[in-house]
Amino acid sequence: MILDTRISRTFKHLKASGKKGFIAYITAGDPTLQATIEVVHRLEEVGVDIIELGIPFSDPLADGRVNQEAAERALQAGATFSGVLDAIATIRKTSEIPILFFSYLNPLFARDFRKSVRQSATAGVDGCLLLDLPIEESAPYVQELQQANLDNVTLVTPTTPDKRIGEIVRTASGFVYCVSRTGVTGMQDKTEKGAEELLRHTRKLTDLPVALGFGISTPGQAAAAAGYADAVVVGSAIVQKFHTMPQTSKGRREAAAWVGNMVKAVKEV
Amino acid sequence: MSSKIKIPDAHGHFGPYGGMFVPETLMTPLNELTEEYERAKRDPAFRKELAYYLNEYVGRPTPLYYAARMSEALGTAKIYLKREDLCHTGAHKINNCIGQALLARRMKKNRLIAETGAGQHGVATATVAAMFGMECTVYMGKVDMERQALNVFRMERLGATVAPVTAGQQTLKEAISEAMRDWVTNVRSTHYILGSVLGSHPYPMMVRDFQSVIGREARKQCLKKEGRLPDRLIACVGGGSNAMGLFYAFVDDRDVEMIGVEAGGRGIRGGEHAARFAGGRLGVLQGTKTYVLQDKDGQIQLTHSVSAGLDYAAIGPEHALLRDLKRATYAHVSDKEAVKAVNALCAWEGILPALESAHAVAYVMKQAKTWKKDDIVIINLSGRGDKDVMQIAEWERQQKAGN
Repeated sequence: MILDTRISRTFKHLKASGKKGFIAYITAGDPTLQATIEVVHRLEEVGVDIIELGIPFSDPLADGRVNQEAAERALQAGATFSGVLDAIATIRKTSEIPILFFSYLNPLFARDFRKSVRQSATAGVDGCLLLDLPIEESAPYVQELQQANLDNVTLVTPTTPDKRIGEIVRTASGFVYCVSRTGVTGMQDKTEKGAEELLRHTRKLTDLPVALGFGISTPGQAAAAAGYADAVVVGSAIVQKFHTMPQTSKGRREAAAWVGNMVKAVKEV
Repeated sequence: MSSKIKIPDAHGHFGPYGGMFVPETLMTPLNELTEEYERAKRDPAFRKELAYYLNEYVGRPTPLYYAARMSEALGTAKIYLKREDLCHTGAHKINNCIGQALLARRMKKNRLIAETGAGQHGVATATVAAMFGMECTVYMGKVDMERQALNVFRMERLGATVAPVTAGQQTLKEAISEAMRDWVTNVRSTHYILGSVLGSHPYPMMVRDFQSVIGREARKQCLKKEGRLPDRLIACVGGGSNAMGLFYAFVDDRDVEMIGVEAGGRGIRGGEHAARFAGGRLGVLQGTKTYVLQDKDGQIQLTHSVSAGLDYAAIGPEHALLRDLKRATYAHVSDKEAVKAVNALCAWEGILPALESAHAVAYVMKQAKTWKKDDIVIINLSGRGDKDVMQIAEWERQQKAGN
C-alpha cells in the first residue's frame, strides 16, 4: 500500500537522486518539548531525512536503557500526548520534514485510538511505528491509520520466518523497518551478520523502501548498512549524544553536527 | 459462556481481552511455545511426567482443610482452606513452574528466566531450575528485594542469579519488562516462565491450565467431604493465577459463586492501591489487553499494596471476561484488613498465611455475616507467610508511630 505522505515522497526523492536515507530517532520531550522542537530543526539542517519521534511511555519493554531513561526524563518533565502534538504543530510552521511516531500501543489506545491518530495527522504526523502491535492484532488499527492517511511502518526481525515477512510487509506503507538483531533498542559495536541477509530477503517481498535499524551508532556502521538498505535508522546513539551535551542551543548544535557526520557517511554511499 | 474449552481463541483472546501485544521479535517464539504447549498437552508422556512431579516433588494433592475454629468464630458458613501454602516452596506458584520447565526441556532450552514480585514465583522458578539442572536468572524490583529479603536469599542459595531492577517504581511491573527484554535478546536459548495469568498469549491460558489442578482437586475434595459443591470460592487476585487456578474447574458450575479479592492498599485513590476493577480501565500492558491502572494519557500508574505479590497495575485478561459475563465478581480489601487477617488466621488455625492470601481471608471475615450457616466456602490459601514476617512487623511499627 502506498499512501501519499511526506514519508513516501521523501523516499521517492531519495530514489530519484540515487541517495540513501537517514532516519534519526529522538524521544519527544527529552529533556523538554521546547528542546525537541529545536532538536528537530537542527537535525533537519544536518541532512536528516526523516524524524522518528518516540512518544514517551512509562513501560517501554522493547527499549534498552538509553531510551528508557529518555522516556523517564520526558515524563518527569511533564510531556503529555497533547503537548507532543502541539510541539509537532509548531515544527510544521517552518518544516516539512517527515515525522514518524514510534510508540507503544497504550498511549494512543488509552485516549481512543481513532481520535489519537486523527489528531496526530492534523498536527502534521506522517506515520506510526507501533512496537507492540504484531499482525495478529493490527488489522483494526491499520485501518484507522490508513483512514487518517498515516503510514503504518512495520518491523521485521531476525526471528521472523520468511512466510511471516511476506504477511507483515503486506500491511505496511511508507517503508519497512528491518531490525538488525534479536534484542531491544541500543548501541552495539558491530551490526549482526544476519542483518544484510534479512534485508535482502525482505526486499524481495516488497516494493516499499526497506530501512535497517537497532544498534547502529557510528558513521562506519551507518555507511555499511546504507550499502544494502534504502535508509538507516540511528536512535539510542543520538539520544545519548543530545543527553550528554550541554542543554543549550550551542550543545544541541554540536550534537547535531555529530549526527551530521553519520548522515554524511550515509549520503556518500 | 457456552463452553470454557473455546476460551481463549487461537490468538489468546478472552472476548475483548487478552491477545498478543508484543514486539515482533517475540511473535515467533510465542507461536512456537503455543504449538509446543498444545502438543505437550495431548502427549500422555508429558501429562504423566507433570503428574509425577506434582505428586512426588510439589506434594500434591494439597489438603482441603476444614477451618473449624475460624468457622465457629465467624459464626456463619463452613470455611475450608485449600492449602496451597503446603506446596513445596510455600505457594501455588510451583505448579506452573514445573509445567513450564518441562516444556522448556522439550524445546531444548536450558536457561530459565522469571520475574518476581513477592519472590514466591522467583523461588519456585529457581527451585525447578536447580532440580532440572538448568540455568536461572530472576528479575526482581529493587524495592521488592528489600521487602522480601528472605526470598532473595533463598533464590541465591538455589543457584539463581537475582537481577535487581532499578527502573520506575522498582516492583513487579518493571521486573516483567526487564525479563521480557532479556527474553527478546536471548530468545533462542531461553524460556521465560511468566508467573501469572498475564502477558501475551499463550501465557494467560497456559498458566491457568497449569494452575487449574487447584480447582480440580478442590472440587473433588469438596464433593467427597460434603457431598456437594461449595457455594462460594474466594481467592486473592494480583495477576490472578491462584484465583484462575481455583475458579477454572468450577466455571461451568453456575451455582458456585466466585469472588476475586484485589489489593485495596491504603484506599482507592491514584497510586494508593492495586484494585484494577475499582480504579482501572481498558488498556494494553506487557502483552495483553485488560483492565489497567493508568492516567488519561495511558501512562501506567503507580500502585501500592502491603503485599508485593498483588502490587501490579493490570489484571489477568480472563478475569476481565469472567467479570463481564458476571460469572465472577471482584472486591478489594485494605492493607489493614489483610494484616488483621494474617493475625486472625494464626490465632484461629495456627496457620500463617502470605499477605497476598490474607486478602482472601480478610474478605471472608468481612462478608461472613451475610452468609447462611450451612454455606460452604473455599478460600484459596495460596501461600504461606514466613516471607512476610519482617514486612508485617515493620507495617505494625509504622501504624503505631501513626503513619
